[in-house]
Amino acid sequence: MTLLELSGVSVHYGRIKAVSDLAISVNEGEIVTLIGANGAGKSTTMRAISGIRPVSSGSITFQGEDITRLRADLRVVRGISQAPEGRGIFPGMTVLENLDMGAYARKERKNLAAEMDHVFTLFPRLAERRGQMGGTLSGGEQQMLAIGRALMAKPKLLLLDEPSMGLAPQFIQQIFRIITEINREGTTVLLVEQNAQQALSRAHRAYVLETGSITKTGTGKELLADDSIKEAYLGVA
Amino acid sequence: MDDPAGPRPDPHVENELSIHHSSALYLAQDDSVINFDVAGLVDQFWANTVDGLSQGSIYALVALGYTLVYGVLKLINFAHSEVFIYGAYATWFTFYGLGFRPGPTPELAVFELIGFLLLALLAAVLVSGATAVVLERVAYRPLRNRGAPRLVFLITAIGASFVLQQLIFIWRGGNPEQAIRLLRPEPVFEVFGVAITNITIIIVLASILLFFIADTFVNRTRFGRGIRAVAQDPDTATLMGVNKERVIMLTFLIGGLLAGAAALFYMMKIPQGASYQGGFLLGLKAFTAAVLGGIGNLRGALLGGLLLGLMENYGQSLFGGEWRDVVAFVLLIVILMFRPTGILGESLGKARV
Ligand SMILES: Nc1ncnc2c1ncn2[C@@H]1O[C@H](COP(=O)(O)OP(=O)(O)OP(=O)(O)O)[C@@H](O)[C@H]1O
Ligand SMILES: [Mg+2]
Repeated sequence: MTLLELSGVSVHYGRIKAVSDLAISVNEGEIVTLIGANGAGKSTTMRAISGIRPVSSGSITFQGEDITRLRADLRVVRGISQAPEGRGIFPGMTVLENLDMGAYARKERKNLAAEMDHVFTLFPRLAERRGQMGGTLSGGEQQMLAIGRALMAKPKLLLLDEPSMGLAPQFIQQIFRIITEINREGTTVLLVEQNAQQALSRAHRAYVLETGSITKTGTGKELLADDSIKEAYLGVA
Repeated sequence: MDDPAGPRPDPHVENELSIHHSSALYLAQDDSVINFDVAGLVDQFWANTVDGLSQGSIYALVALGYTLVYGVLKLINFAHSEVFIYGAYATWFTFYGLGFRPGPTPELAVFELIGFLLLALLAAVLVSGATAVVLERVAYRPLRNRGAPRLVFLITAIGASFVLQQLIFIWRGGNPEQAIRLLRPEPVFEVFGVAITNITIIIVLASILLFFIADTFVNRTRFGRGIRAVAQDPDTATLMGVNKERVIMLTFLIGGLLAGAAALFYMMKIPQGASYQGGFLLGLKAFTAAVLGGIGNLRGALLGGLLLGLMENYGQSLFGGEWRDVVAFVLLIVILMFRPTGILGESLGKARV
């Protein structure tokens, strides 16, 4: 069943069109990845889905309902949660407070402790640092916190914008394992990545974005085997 | 901001103690405008301290409004001084509406007095709170929706301040409302030879209580956390499901409510204080207090307010009454020279329990 559908979506920054006529769909239970070069419009697409950037044309539906004009904070209530590019950790809040912010939109707050335990199981490092200020965490710790915080909302759709950015190689592996685990537990994931190799091997399906337009789509495996992808994104000649 | 009611003795009154005169250090001749009346400062120290704390409490409550709005919008809401003075008018009209008139202070039973003061508090808080919210809605929100640059907000704030002032001027004219007093200042006990009046006690205790309520709200409640989140990172706050517009409205409301309470205390201390321009200087000083403590920081507002109240009084004793306001702003400049972000320095976001 289709969970998220973008059709004909364009987004502008002032006069500049950042993405144009996008058609993307994400089915329930999938990991879908969006790869593309710097400035291709990946983050812009994510912002349009979560609603912090308005679309100039086209429509976005979530669970069969049109959310194109829905306020961003209400999209969180519907079940869309994002770990933004640059992590967006609240610097003056502790790890615990940051996690609690993730659950801000949740109506039922009974299972909050269980959710937090779950996040701490995924990221034991965060448990050790629970009282530390977000702004003083290392980049990798902040990345864990950003993902953990997004999970606190118990999202139906988890948007991850470059979760491996700035992480040590062995930790990149771990982050992708955790993403797969989150997905197995029932959360649909839309993943933006520079690390195309990892993203494509973990994803069910993928889209390639070039200067604001989708140029290719297929299963992760198909794109991994695609010669032009190999050349442009996998560093294989 | 003269305070004929307060227990602030004139530092120039001849003192029986001969050391007073002999130890006064004069900068120049007797006709100099500035003199360093060290003995005056020492003599009046405790009286000034007590009075400074009550004046400072009022600054602190108003400063909280500046700091909250600054934290969330990075806007200096210059019209906050009028939000405050509207509360002073609400207080005056409540007293008037209850049948009190300028003239001698009535004899009231304690429960009556408390009831009337609470009624005035309610009126002041509602009027100031509503003024702040309407101001936000009418003046600032349309600018936000258009994505106006920071400078436009600032100019609008100054403009709104004038508009709110002139509305009172048109309605009530240029003269202050005549003093209506419900409670005569009476000494309750003495500390270091200084009589502490009932009014001082009420103002200081109630202000500190209100500060702790506001601080707890911002740091401990879900809505408060929303305010801090917007202050630290508005876009990410939205991604957490925080309704930014509601947070902004709430922030103005809290600032307004606190300014309303401050207005009642101000009117108890300075009953003739309801004048159309009456908010200007007090607002400016409260803003100074907020910057002094570290704008965006709730505790900074409290600290800055109290410090400013004290320093003004000490400065007045030392240099003479006409230097009172100068002291406030010189203090600001000096502190900012050494600590550009104010004494506590953090932003609202970073302030933590
Ligand atoms: N706030 C903005 N104002 C103007 N232009 C912007 C803004 N944000 C992004 N852009 C432009 O829109 C285009 C797409 O940007 P976007 O951030 O979506 O790229 P991206 O694919 O996420 O790149 P990266 O991999 O570097 O994160 C870029 O050309 C960028 O310069
Ligand atoms: Mg990006």
